[in-house]
Amino acid sequence: MRADPAGVLTGAHFLDGDQACTEGALAAGARFAAGYPITPSTEIVERFAARIPTVGGVFIQMEDELASSIAILGAVWGGAKAFTVTSGPGFSLMMEHIGLAAMTETPCVFVNVQRGGPSTGLPTLPGQADMMQARWGSHGDYAIIALCPSSPQECFDLTIQAFNFSEQFRVPVMFMMDEVVGHMTEKVVIPPAAQIEVTPRRHTKLRPEEYKPYASGEDLVPEMAHAGEGYKFHITGLTHDERGYPAMNPSAQDKLVKRLKEKVERAVDRITMLEEDSLEDAEVIVVSYGITARVAQRAIEMAREKGVKVGKLRLITVWPFPEKRIAQLAEKVKAFVVPEMNLGQMVHEVERAAAGRARAILVPHAGGSVHRPEEILNVILEAVR
Amino acid sequence: MSAISELVVINPVEPFLRSDRMPHIWCPGCGIGTTVNCFARALIESGADLDKVAVVSGIGCTGRVAGYLKLDSFHTTHGRAIPFATGLKLANPELQVVVYSGDGDLSAIGGNHLIHAARRNLDIKVICVNNFTYSMTGGQAAPTTPLEAITTTSPYGAYEPAFNLPALAEAAGASYVARWTTYHVRQVARSMQEILKKKGFCFIEIISPCPTLFQRRNRLGDGLDTMKFYKEKSKTRHGVSTREVEMSLTGEIVVGKFVDRDRPDYLETMKAQLRSKLGERYIDPKTRIEEESCECA
Repeated sequence: MRADPAGVLTGAHFLDGDQACTEGALAAGARFAAGYPITPSTEIVERFAARIPTVGGVFIQMEDELASSIAILGAVWGGAKAFTVTSGPGFSLMMEHIGLAAMTETPCVFVNVQRGGPSTGLPTLPGQADMMQARWGSHGDYAIIALCPSSPQECFDLTIQAFNFSEQFRVPVMFMMDEVVGHMTEKVVIPPAAQIEVTPRRHTKLRPEEYKPYASGEDLVPEMAHAGEGYKFHITGLTHDERGYPAMNPSAQDKLVKRLKEKVERAVDRITMLEEDSLEDAEVIVVSYGITARVAQRAIEMAREKGVKVGKLRLITVWPFPEKRIAQLAEKVKAFVVPEMNLGQMVHEVERAAAGRARAILVPHAGGSVHRPEEILNVILEAVR
Repeated sequence: MSAISELVVINPVEPFLRSDRMPHIWCPGCGIGTTVNCFARALIESGADLDKVAVVSGIGCTGRVAGYLKLDSFHTTHGRAIPFATGLKLANPELQVVVYSGDGDLSAIGGNHLIHAARRNLDIKVICVNNFTYSMTGGQAAPTTPLEAITTTSPYGAYEPAFNLPALAEAAGASYVARWTTYHVRQVARSMQEILKKKGFCFIEIISPCPTLFQRRNRLGDGLDTMKFYKEKSKTRHGVSTREVEMSLTGEIVVGKFVDRDRPDYLETMKAQLRSKLGERYIDPKTRIEEESCECA
């Protein structure tokens, strides 16, 4: 379906990434947000709080991130599209409800504007060290989708995509920004509502007496009902059967948890978004994401000027990890150079997918600033040798 | 014989229960089932539209209530029933949202959410079954455990002062606060009926036995003995200051309706404030939320 014009601020704007994310959420149909102040993400909910009363919806500032992250789940079961916004320390607190969202298959979006960690770390300075936490941070086995924008324009476009994926697959989607992308200001073009595709809630068409909350079809994604519609359904964080009833046994566990993973994994090709450039003749490929991809771009240009055959692969979808594409490319390149603003996270995935056919070389940065292009360039030059 | 089976079939609370989930997990003598019976009777008496009643529970023995009620029901995470209910209510204000959980869930791990929902005067109804202990995990001390009481984590007697839950709820801003025991089934049902009609944050504490873990360890007898104890020790004092209703292990239990006041609720204050500043530009959230999320009729 098309976006509701009430939430779409059509036009060319000069916005920072945080503001663009808010506009993306509004365009995607988010009409509920709960948040707790935390740098460098707060501007997203500040703008939402200012905008939503004239669009039609609710913002509530909760008492902590535990509360924010479950208030959005309540809102979704009440019929809204909903999201919350945070940074590292708050993201740690939200793990509980990323798990509940995965277990109850509640479509929602968690925005993490990453800063330096661990703990309080560098509140006002960038990091990319929550990438593994985004995938694995809550206990148990489950799958999520994570997207990583590199510009304010992408903060708008991909926030819509994040909501659409969450509705399509009924998973929590992690929107993994970083402080630099969140605070950099660039031109953001917001198209007319009629040109914005939004995925509606997968609402059951069955009558209450026929409806089972966790019976799924071919794509393994069950259909939802909302509270107040007469379905009288039960939703629990316990392992449950198709009726949504607790089922404390290994076979129910096997069936449910495998489906939670499988519904995302089997759709990996539809979820994967990559930006590729100059891969045809590449001997080395720089794999990067977020703001680091823009620094890497400069390093790639500098290497090309020196005649080095280096290509670019930017992860827009970070989870599920696009391992098939990395495996293909590993057949024909010497090495992957992986700059990231952490001490080695996604590089492990690249290494695993390359499976020894090409080297995966980390260009680490503990955070607080972006890499210098020369740091990446030096590793590229070493890798082609 | 046929007359007897007909009598069984017309148990008035059965339509409110998920009978396909019976038997329930609660122990003999436990008071939680009694409170559920009262709740079902309150729903009948209040004439509530059952399609619009949602129950939210946290974790623990009382946390299982949501799973046994044939209503839209949510069994959430430990301590977080209230913030889940907050989102649910704000997304669909037509819903009558009832939080049904235990003392540990609501006042320890969920204590912060309890006071903030009361402060906001959010229009949700909280039913807190207080058995003074964490029963699901085997009987540990809770913020409600009376001094001297033996639990698995206070093996020599509790020495932390306990929360006085009615005082906590009142101080934080609740519109309605009552306490009963599971002996007081009619009064419980009546209080539940009252909160189903009352706007704003409502809190009912129901003192309830855990014969398996709390009563036994403290040599307080079985479920029946506890009913006798509640009958003897309870004193109804409507309108009394909540400062005077502290609990002890074997002392008097002050019961009654302590607070019943009218304050504008969260959505009323939100809408009034936004309308006063934005005028015609303010759009009531209700309609948009429903339209935007799905193409369903």
